[in-house]
Amino acid sequence: MAELGTTRVKRGMAEMQKGGVIMDVVNAEQAKIAEEAGAVAVMALERVPADIRAMGGVARMADPTIVEQVMKAVSIPVMAKARIGHFVEAKVLESLGVDYIDESEVLTPADDKFHINKRDFVVPFVCGARDLGEALRRIAEGASMIRTKGEPGTGNIVEAVKHQRTMQAQIRRVAAMSEDELVFEAKNLGAPYELLLEVAKGAQLPVVNFAAGGVATPSDAALMMHLGSDGVFVGSGIFKSDNPQKFARAIVQATTHYEDYALIAELSKDLGVAMKGIDLTTISENERMAIRGM
Amino acid sequence: MSTDQLRVGVLALQGAVTEHSGALIKAGVKEVVQVKRPQHLEGLDGLVLPGGESTTIGKLMNQYELMEPIRKMGQAGIPLFGTCAGLILLASRIQNQQWSHLGLMDTLVDRNSFGRQRESFEANLQVDGIEGDPFPAVFIRAPHIIEVGPTVKVLSHYDGRIVTARQDNLLAASFHPELTDDSRLHQYFVQMIKQNR
Repeated sequence: MAELGTTRVKRGMAEMQKGGVIMDVVNAEQAKIAEEAGAVAVMALERVPADIRAMGGVARMADPTIVEQVMKAVSIPVMAKARIGHFVEAKVLESLGVDYIDESEVLTPADDKFHINKRDFVVPFVCGARDLGEALRRIAEGASMIRTKGEPGTGNIVEAVKHQRTMQAQIRRVAAMSEDELVFEAKNLGAPYELLLEVAKGAQLPVVNFAAGGVATPSDAALMMHLGSDGVFVGSGIFKSDNPQKFARAIVQATTHYEDYALIAELSKDLGVAMKGIDLTTISENERMAIRGM
Repeated sequence: MSTDQLRVGVLALQGAVTEHSGALIKAGVKEVVQVKRPQHLEGLDGLVLPGGESTTIGKLMNQYELMEPIRKMGQAGIPLFGTCAGLILLASRIQNQQWSHLGLMDTLVDRNSFGRQRESFEANLQVDGIEGDPFPAVFIRAPHIIEVGPTVKVLSHYDGRIVTARQDNLLAASFHPELTDDSRLHQYFVQMIKQNR
C-alpha cells in the first residue's frame, strides 16, 4: 500500500533540492525566468522581502491566484510562505497543491508563541533558524528542511553567515559530547534530547539545511556553500538586480561550482548592479525579521 | 575482479549526491568520484545519475559540456544508473516535450506523473533480479515509463506503471533507492559493472 506524507517522503523532497538555488518570484513571468536559469524550485509570494520591508504593514500569505499562476507556469517544485503559527494559511496552501510550505518570519507572525504543528500536514515545511536549538525545535514541530534566517530583504549576507557559522559550530561541539553532557546541552539549547542525540551521532542536522536571508551575489551563494549550507534561497537578490536573467544563472552556477573561484570570477563579470542592500546598523532591533518566532 | 578496484562516479551537479555515494560504498565500491566536470569522467567504470531536478541538472550538463561525454560512455557500454531525475535524463523521449537529454534509453517517460509533492509516497515493490523481501521505494514527484522499446526489460511496475527498467548497460528507476538503507539495487548496479569488465 502507498503511504503518503511520510517523514522519508517529506525530508527526501528536500534532499532532491540539495546543491540548488530556490528563488523568490512574484508572478508567472519571473517563475519562468527562474526555471530557465536553472532554479531547483521557486517560492511564490506577493512581494519580495525587500518590498515587504519597504512597504511595511502586515505581510500575509500570497493571493492563491498568484500561487496557481506560478504552479501552471513551471514544472519545477513551487513553494509558498505562510505566517508563523497560521495553520489555516498553511492548510490553504496545501489544498492548492504547493510542494513545500515556508513557515516564514518574512511574513508578519500570526501567533506570538506557537509555530504550526507541521506533523499535521502531508506537504513538507521549511523553517528558518538562527542556531541549533531553534532548528531542532522546528524539526520537533515537524519541519522537514531548515534554512538560516539571515536578515531577509537586506541583500546583506552578514546575518546568514552568523547563523550558519553558529549552527555548524554547535553541531561540531555536540558531536564531541558524551551522552550525559548532551542531556545538559539539550536544556541549554532548548532542544529535544532525542533530536540532539541524532545530531551528535550523525554530526549533522537530520534534515537538509539551506542558506537564506541576504544572498545577493554569486560569491555570497558560494560563501554560504563553503560554510556548510546544502543549497541557497535567494529572495530579493535576483529580481531586485539590474539583470535578473544573468544574475539568476550566475548564482545557480556559483552554487554548484562553489570551489571554482576562476569560474565565479567569470560569472561575476558585467553582472550589472546587485540589489542596493541595507547596512544592518541602520535598522532598529524591532525591524529585524530574524527575531520573529524563536 | 573485486569491487574494491571499481571507480564509480555520481553526477554531482545537484541533488541526492551524498546519499548515492553512501549507497555505492555500502554496495562495496571502493572509490566514488563526484562528477562536476568532463575530466572527472575519466577512467570511471560506471556512473550514477541521481535524483534532483531534471530541468536543472540537464541545463548544468549542457553548460559544463557533460552531455556528450556521458552519452558516449553510455554508447560505449559503460553502466549508467538513473534514479528519478536520472531516469528522465536517460530517456529517448519525454512526454509533452520536443527534446530529450541523453536520449540513450529506448523509453518514453512522463514527468511528475504520480502528481505533486502531496501525492508523493512510499511503497514496497517486487523488482525482478532483487531477491528476498519487497524493495522499499520512495517516490517523490516521480516520473514513470510509459513505453519501452523491444530491447528494454521491465523490472518492476507500480499501480500498472513501469517504474524500473534495464536496457543492456542502462538501469533506470522512478524512485529513490538512495533514500533508504536498502542497497540491493545499488548492488545490482555494481554487479552490472563487474559483468561489463
